[in-house]
Amino acid sequence: MKRVYVNEQWCLGCHLCEYFCAFANSGQSDMARALKDAVICPRIKVEEHDGISFAVNCRHCTEPLCVKSCIAGALSVKDGLIVIDQDKCVGCFSCIMSCPFGALMPSDTGVMQKCELCTSNSAGKPACVQGCPNRAIVFEER
Amino acid sequence: MAINYLYPDYEVIRNQQRCINCRVCERQCANEVHRYDEELKMMVSDESKCVNCHRCVALCPTRALKIVKTDNTFKENANWTGEAITDVYRQAGTGGVLLASMGTPKNYPVYWDRMLINASQVTNPSIDPLREPMETTTFLGQKSAKIRRNPDGSINTKTTPQLKLSVPVMFSAMSYGSISYNAHKSLALAAQKLGIFYNTGEGGLHEDFYQYGPNTIVQVASGRFGVHPGYLKAGAAIEIKMGQGAKPGIGGHLPGAKIVGDVSKTRMIPQGTDAISPAPHHDIYSIEDLRQLVFMLKEATNYEKPVIVKIAAVHNVSAIASGVARSGADIIAIDGFRGGTGAAPARTRDNVGIPIELALACVDRRLREEGIRNNVSIVIGGSIRNSADIVKAIALGADAVYVATSALIALGCHLCRTCHLGKCNWGIATQRPDLVKRLNPEVGSERLVNLINAWNHEIKEMMGGMGINSIEALRGNRLMLRGIGLTEKELQILGILHAGE
Ligand code: SF4
Ligand code: SF4
Ligand code: SF4
Ligand code: SF4
Repeated sequence: MKRVYVNEQWCLGCHLCEYFCAFANSGQSDMARALKDAVICPRIKVEEHDGISFAVNCRHCTEPLCVKSCIAGALSVKDGLIVIDQDKCVGCFSCIMSCPFGALMPSDTGVMQKCELCTSNSAGKPACVQGCPNRAIVFEER
Repeated sequence: MAINYLYPDYEVIRNQQRCINCRVCERQCANEVHRYDEELKMMVSDESKCVNCHRCVALCPTRALKIVKTDNTFKENANWTGEAITDVYRQAGTGGVLLASMGTPKNYPVYWDRMLINASQVTNPSIDPLREPMETTTFLGQKSAKIRRNPDGSINTKTTPQLKLSVPVMFSAMSYGSISYNAHKSLALAAQKLGIFYNTGEGGLHEDFYQYGPNTIVQVASGRFGVHPGYLKAGAAIEIKMGQGAKPGIGGHLPGAKIVGDVSKTRMIPQGTDAISPAPHHDIYSIEDLRQLVFMLKEATNYEKPVIVKIAAVHNVSAIASGVARSGADIIAIDGFRGGTGAAPARTRDNVGIPIELALACVDRRLREEGIRNNVSIVIGGSIRNSADIVKAIALGADAVYVATSALIALGCHLCRTCHLGKCNWGIATQRPDLVKRLNPEVGSERLVNLINAWNHEIKEMMGGMGINSIEALRGNRLMLRGIGLTEKELQILGILHAGE
């Protein structure tokens, strides 16, 4: 399965991936309109320390701890993709506690959200990858 | 702070309706123009620091930014232009030589744009490059004028060393130090993929790049930085740099601040010392001296590598080239006055040298007249901007062209002409690790390969249109060119007819 991979050597810490993620999942067609005056809550997060930066989103683990830990059966594996059914999520934070990458986070509505590789929005390919100016994240089969 | 009389050249225009305060511009501008004001909850800018490099413009995700030329104006004066006045202010303030980079922006005639290319109609049919073979492979080196035979009568095909180019284009000299590791790597990777050559410039060859040796031209300049037997043997050819189009007659100076880490090691000089390239080579004061160096380098490399001598296009260029052609060199590279530089005194860059079109035409003619054109190949550089410039250069007699500015533009350079400040926002003319990182060589080399491949397609199209199916048949074929809006004298020097003739 194609996944998003990180190459921290080329990550500039520009945070564009976060904004493209937030826009792709906003359901709107104009970025300025979607994100103007908004506090964004992207599903990819840029970690930075000491001049090193890299963007992390869900690794779509082959043995996903989040799925195992979910008490409501909201998380599941669909053709290798880890998806969340927000209607089932009860907001217990178990998945947040168990994901070693910090890839889940509460959404604006209180239930959890996670990266589904832009399969449930209209971006087509992961928007973060498309928007990265330096190919620091790539979407490929490995 | 005392008054410096200088008003900012540009204005940073931010469309507040589109700005989403993502702060990408702030993070990406090494000149610290943009800043987020916590109280106002909006982005603000200090345009006095802007060099108009468009990094922020290109990366702003909502296209909220544009940079415009200020319309703050001096009293109109055709002689004392705003530029002339501010240059005086600048020098009165600093007492220093005005520094500049890249090619001259002055409005000198561009002869490429005053020449038109021919095409076939009716009698000499044009050729469709997509259906018929079309040859752009070029060999650089000494050519034998006579067919030589072996004792058994077969043709002797042994030649002096040659460079084989898949397209008549090479990346010209840019030193590691003046440009970044990633810029060098992009050029090396692209040269390898394309089957052409890139040039180390005078800063030596980083040990990581020895693997690209078969596609590398190693340069020996007046400072002799980084020159050792392994270096000479590493490349496919050796270039002696006598001059540079952007700054003929003067040497180079890479400030000690840039001689750090690998740059110091590669140049073989201590960290923090200024790298000063003298104006002349201190062992070359005549063609005979040049000949000595040419043969010293050949001797050191077993006569296996062609030697290039690079000169700047100056008034007596044809006489100088005639001497070089007799020095044992295999290739002459001529660099026109519009060529780029990482740093040069502005007055030299803008006022010294001659246009490459005229230099090429007069050198080619002189070498032909003297019957020594086959002694050398001619490579020209100094602002080749597109494939039409290349076709015209070859029709004027060049064997191949050198490009550098076009290559850097392909890598993202926006010609802000502040390379000498060392804060290139595109990761090209800088050694600052956080900036160098912005140029991913994988992306960079792809863009270079695209550019040269695109040019190759266009060269073939234009050759096909002329009914010519090989670069060899275009070389020096001045009948394929006509001048437009040129004087008798200019036409005579270029050796072409005027349109309509
Ligand atoms: S867009 Fe790319 S370079 Fe910028 S922070 Fe994200 S991964 Fe890093
Ligand atoms: S959310 Fe975390 S644990 Fe679950 S699949 Fe993604 S990376 Fe793995
Ligand atoms: S990059 Fe564009 S949208 Fe982001 S803060 Fe700057 S001007 Fe605003
Ligand atoms: S210097 Fe470059 S990045 Fe900075 S504000 Fe000016 S154009 Fe933008």
